[in-house]
Amino acid sequence: MTTEVSAIDSVPTEEFEHHDAVEIQIFGFWVYLMSDLILFSALFATFAVVRNNYAGGPTPKELFDLRYLFGETMFLLFSSAACGFTMLAVHGDRKKLALVWLAITFLLGLGFVLMEINEFHGMVLDGSGPQRSAFLSAFFTLVGTHGTHVTFGLIWMAVMIGQVIVKGLTTPVRSRLMRLSMFWHFLDVVWIGIFTIVYMMGVI
Amino acid sequence: MNQARIESAGASTGSLKSYLTGFILAIVLTLIPFALVMSGVVSPAAALAGIFIAAIVQILVHLHYFLHLDTSSEARWNLMAALFTLLILALFVGGTLWIMYNLRFRMG
Repeated sequence: MTTEVSAIDSVPTEEFEHHDAVEIQIFGFWVYLMSDLILFSALFATFAVVRNNYAGGPTPKELFDLRYLFGETMFLLFSSAACGFTMLAVHGDRKKLALVWLAITFLLGLGFVLMEINEFHGMVLDGSGPQRSAFLSAFFTLVGTHGTHVTFGLIWMAVMIGQVIVKGLTTPVRSRLMRLSMFWHFLDVVWIGIFTIVYMMGVI
Repeated sequence: MNQARIESAGASTGSLKSYLTGFILAIVLTLIPFALVMSGVVSPAAALAGIFIAAIVQILVHLHYFLHLDTSSEARWNLMAALFTLLILALFVGGTLWIMYNLRFRMG
């Protein structure tokens, strides 16, 4: 970034502004992701404090099925990889290929969200809803906040599929896709923390 | 020119090889903790250590291969922001656990 600043004089104004805008947008979005990480760290800290407070209710060993968790994890990981392939297609200027990968990314992400909704639904029906114990309140808040992020990511992705079809791979569309891919990879990183600390630590 | 420069903007670019490497590493690092916990062949303490090491390594793999966070000049400010966030995160989570466990000890 410092080298960019010193290069101001040598770059034609219009081109510089264009490039500079994209770079600043990406950095700004990164700062947003970092602030989101602080939000998640607060939820992780809360969960860690009350994770053994079952109030006579169900324990993680009774609630969590690791095979089901493995399915959710694979959906999100494959979706993240598909998102990477989307960006490769975007950088290669291959619009149709990018759309195919974007659709695959969307469907895999949708699979994750549907599995999580099904999991939550089953837990609430069994009387293991967020009101049952401090452990379950913290569980639903943390995992639910992540699931909400993924859901909004899906809405964003659907909008971007529309934009790629209508507008094509223009500079603003590329810039938005780059930020969407950062968001998507970031959510996968948060999920690593969730399946390790919430699920696996609970059943060990 | 524009496009080439955008691609060098860091944080969202990579090659097919780097994505595939990251993807394979991430799968292996996901299989390890699941195998450790589901097989039950190691002691709980060893399993706990294993899943935490696998998680930390996998997070680093994601940051490097998917989010392209490294020490290159394009990603330097992203790295600075990430390191600062890590500091806040450590103070936040570590401080919370420290205080709450102390409190429980004194009240118990």
